[in-house]
Amino acid sequence: MNRFSYHRAETLADAISHLRSNPAAAIIAGGTNLVDLMKYEVERPGELVDLTRLDELRGISETPDGGMRIGALVPNSDVAYDERIAKLYPLLTHAVLAGATPQLRNAATTGGNLNQRTRCYYFNDVATPCNKREPGSGCGAIGGVNRIHAILGASDQCIATHPSDMCVALSALDATVEVAGPDGERRISFREYHRLPGDEPQRDNTLRQGEIVVAVTLAGEASYFAENYTYLKLRDRLSYAFALVSVAAALQLDGGRIAAARLALGGVSHMPWRKPDAENALVGMAAGEETFTRAADILLAGAQPHEHNAFKVDLARRAIVRALTQAAAATPQSLSDKRIA
Amino acid sequence: MSQARPGSAEIPIQITINGERRCVELQPWTTLLDLLRHDLALTGTKKGCDHGQCGACTVLIDGRRINSCLQLAVMQDGKAITTIEGIGQGSHLHPLQQAFIERDAFQCGYCTPGQICSGIALIEEGNAVTRDEIRELMSGNICRCGAYPNIVDAIQDVLVQRSGVIREAAE
Repeated sequence: MNRFSYHRAETLADAISHLRSNPAAAIIAGGTNLVDLMKYEVERPGELVDLTRLDELRGISETPDGGMRIGALVPNSDVAYDERIAKLYPLLTHAVLAGATPQLRNAATTGGNLNQRTRCYYFNDVATPCNKREPGSGCGAIGGVNRIHAILGASDQCIATHPSDMCVALSALDATVEVAGPDGERRISFREYHRLPGDEPQRDNTLRQGEIVVAVTLAGEASYFAENYTYLKLRDRLSYAFALVSVAAALQLDGGRIAAARLALGGVSHMPWRKPDAENALVGMAAGEETFTRAADILLAGAQPHEHNAFKVDLARRAIVRALTQAAAATPQSLSDKRIA
Repeated sequence: MSQARPGSAEIPIQITINGERRCVELQPWTTLLDLLRHDLALTGTKKGCDHGQCGACTVLIDGRRINSCLQLAVMQDGKAITTIEGIGQGSHLHPLQQAFIERDAFQCGYCTPGQICSGIALIEEGNAVTRDEIRELMSGNICRCGAYPNIVDAIQDVLVQRSGVIREAAE
């Protein structure tokens, strides 16, 4: 690890002011991703601003519209085992429990989950070129070993994927990210929070200099998806592995017809992958394989696999159909029995 | 407010380790794992991968199981840490330590302190009943010797003992 100075923030304003005045500063909370990256010297902050004493970033609370607000410092475990969240947004519960391990979930925070970096091998290896780590240095994954990489929304500079499970569910549930910064507070819709790599792959999200995630909120109406949902995660081993492909699927059914649908993919792009057209293609239709396959084809349209990850296109198509089938039948993927029913 | 510049004086923190209040001064880049093993000579907690992947470094921080290799020690100011040394020693073993012996739940033993800290937390958390659930919620602890079936046996034994105690108390 590089040498750095340490500042324990006493207030949110104090943290923002440190970030603003020192471009080499980074914020730390759970540390599970940042400390790891510092050990690899992928991240070399000049100063760490410790957010963990800021009580205003803690706690899970109910909102006036019947939704929930999750503070940025709330550990993943507390999200996973909150009974109110499990009742209103079980898709989120399932997605959080599909990621990492109990020890990591106890430390990793909600804000940190949003801001974690890609697990692309090349990003994590300072001996190789990476436009995300060092803009302009090139991309080791394009033409390299790219089995785990993106098939959608990538650029000629970066084919990394966003590694989160939680964010796939938050995207599907149309969550909102509350941030605070030098210019005050603002709210960002979840689909606008992360971004595609384009020609600035070093930017994972749309946060501005000095901004800090304060909370994530879920609208009351997103709880209408609490009956028919699933989070289906496909990976190289059955636990504690990042997704090759994951699907967050949620439906509102009116008899056998689909009244509303949400569909988001993880493991395939630089951000959770959603398309309104794919969801609109489900609305008003009878729940069934033909309809689900059509939605999968729309969501995967334009997929551009690389040398080692063409399998992801077929895997994703089948996973989407399977997930929508599970959601329609109200039989979400089991968290402990990993057989795919 | 705790602050340090690179190369400047160490930062003082107060930390409770296995019930004992300690005042230590450290550089901000010291991990909790290195503080325990190097500075405090509590070598029961093991360093495996040092990247949060193997679970050998698992300790309890304010009762929650955490990978100590990914925690900066300076951020633990005011917290209570329990390591394997604080769980049981010699003839005073925790029921899960006893179950590990009875079930032969280890071979080389390197992962065992982390497995036991993690298993104790799993039992306290109360989210696992079946073997599948125990396996899923012990996924953060790797055993290169492959003693997994016996580790699950040991944890299940203590879960059954506990539920027996709860049943007796209720009757």
